[in-house]
Amino acid sequence: QEPQASGLPEYIKIVEVGPRDGLQNEKVIVPTDIKIELINRLSKTGLPVVEVTSFVSSKWVPQMADHKEVMRGIERHPGVQYPVLTPNLQGFHSAVAAGATEVSVFGAASESFSKMNINCSIEESIEKFEEVAKSARNMNIPVRGYVSCALGCPYEGNIIPAKVAEVSKRLYSMGCYEISLGDTIGVGTPGSMKKMLEAVMKEIPLSALAVHCHDTYGQALANILTAIQMGVSVVDSSVSGLGGCPYAKGATGNVATEDVIYMLDGLGINTGVNLYAVMEAGNFICTALNKKTNSKVAQASFNTGTIN
Amino acid sequence: RCQVSAAAPGPYPKQVKVVEVGPRDGLQNEKNIVPTPVKISLINMLSETGLQVIEATSFVSPKWVPQMADHTEVMQGINKVPGISYPVLTPNLKGFQAAVAAGAKEVSIFGAASELFTRKNINCSIEESLERFSEVMAAARAANIPVRGYVSCVLGCPYEGKISAAKVAEVSKKMYSMGCYEISLGDTIGVGTPGSMKEMLTMVMKEVPVGALAVHCHDTYGQALANILVALQMGVSVVDASVAGLGGCPYAQGASGNVATEDLVYMLNGLGIHTGVDLQKLMDTGTFICNALNRRTNSKVSQASCRL
Repeated sequence: QEPQASGLPEYIKIVEVGPRDGLQNEKVIVPTDIKIELINRLSKTGLPVVEVTSFVSSKWVPQMADHKEVMRGIERHPGVQYPVLTPNLQGFHSAVAAGATEVSVFGAASESFSKMNINCSIEESIEKFEEVAKSARNMNIPVRGYVSCALGCPYEGNIIPAKVAEVSKRLYSMGCYEISLGDTIGVGTPGSMKKMLEAVMKEIPLSALAVHCHDTYGQALANILTAIQMGVSVVDSSVSGLGGCPYAKGATGNVATEDVIYMLDGLGINTGVNLYAVMEAGNFICTALNKKTNSKVAQASFNTGTIN
Repeated sequence: RCQVSAAAPGPYPKQVKVVEVGPRDGLQNEKNIVPTPVKISLINMLSETGLQVIEATSFVSPKWVPQMADHTEVMQGINKVPGISYPVLTPNLKGFQAAVAAGAKEVSIFGAASELFTRKNINCSIEESLERFSEVMAAARAANIPVRGYVSCVLGCPYEGKISAAKVAEVSKKMYSMGCYEISLGDTIGVGTPGSMKEMLTMVMKEVPVGALAVHCHDTYGQALANILVALQMGVSVVDASVAGLGGCPYAQGASGNVATEDLVYMLNGLGIHTGVDLQKLMDTGTFICNALNRRTNSKVSQASCRL
């Protein structure tokens, strides 16, 4: 397949984070069977990766309290990966016992964010993740690494690209097969995205990089475009743009999967995903949550009855 | 996979002229009729933000566009700040003469790249519409009044669907040859993506110098900033936008329309591109008009900033 704009990847892997990152940041607690239904629907859209849940203490994240039931309850479609978050060794063991075959760990490029979020320094968090990575390696379980605050921090403000590169390199060196760079508060722009990626690309091969953009300032698609123009070929997104921003009340968070796919389809980039099927899954979960979708493609399409 | 590392995106223009269309295109597509004093206050506030071009109103029959019925009062009532241009729409010679009598120093005419759209919108063919405009062009030339040309439906039409890039180039060329100093290419229903934007601009740039081109992107499918980014990468340095993202889409009920000026300026700031616009003053203006319209802003930057 010939990409329309030179230098763009031919294929982009979409990592669907709605059931975890999305729901985790929704106020309404979603019943287990709804979560399972959502994931099952997403499994049928062509999405290659669906992040299922988080094996974190229910005291911290009540939305994810049903992690075992969800993990055990979902249909496992061949060709689809179902990673789960595991903040520490205990969570990892619990995840594996529940049937997880891929896990994720969450680092941050900001000391303040690390302390406020998981109550330890970046270095201490890396040590915990190394334990997980070691166990995972022994069990042949792939580990994905996230770096939060890659383009800015709600506490520290500006984050220097070199710091993002440093943390990414630590995660990659411990065995994470992929590093997802997160614009946690959505403050990034194509300018800061480019600078950050240039620094990280010095340390990590392009094929191991993903971007996880939040749309809090409306910049997500422009930032994603910049990333893919630089050769990044893995993009995280959330069906219906589920998940607000915990740092800006009422503001949006994750970029909507539908809007990302619309853009990639328009660029002639293959994703393997059926946009209409994702919109229907989005419609399902928004109805269940009694909320309006954050996807502009879904808003426009359901109102005209047509998709261009 | 195409390449190990694609070329970094850019270079970008050092400065971009932002054309503010909120008071005309924005308000024209808002359901509530805005009182004349509020329109005047809006334009006066916009005049304090650093914006160099503010589209003030439309000299069209109030029978067709009730929102613009007070065009003469608005034109005569606003502070005309030296250095700022206040173009007005003039669909025909009659409108042009009324505009000049009311003090207009710059006018705009609206063409389209779609026959069906032209027929439905102004009840004639593209060719006939251009003939009508030639009257305006002659009068404008005689009065030394610059004329800006708009081309609608450049990336898709609500009736015809796909629009050929060659057609857009043809209409643009005609309008430029008639004497329009600038051609604003409008993605009227927001269906464009960076792929179609690039294809369309490539064709148009064969006929019209890039320095005379502007893009007018709608955010109905969330693609506006990504589309604008691509246009900038191709050398376009004039971008239309609407404060608070005023103006829904008449073709998709409830869907959004114009891209928000705040979100555009945020992106340009992040790219280090000079606009001369004060983002805070712009947000304050957006807050003002949204309160007056009793509606929420469509600007994500505004939504996020108010809560932090």
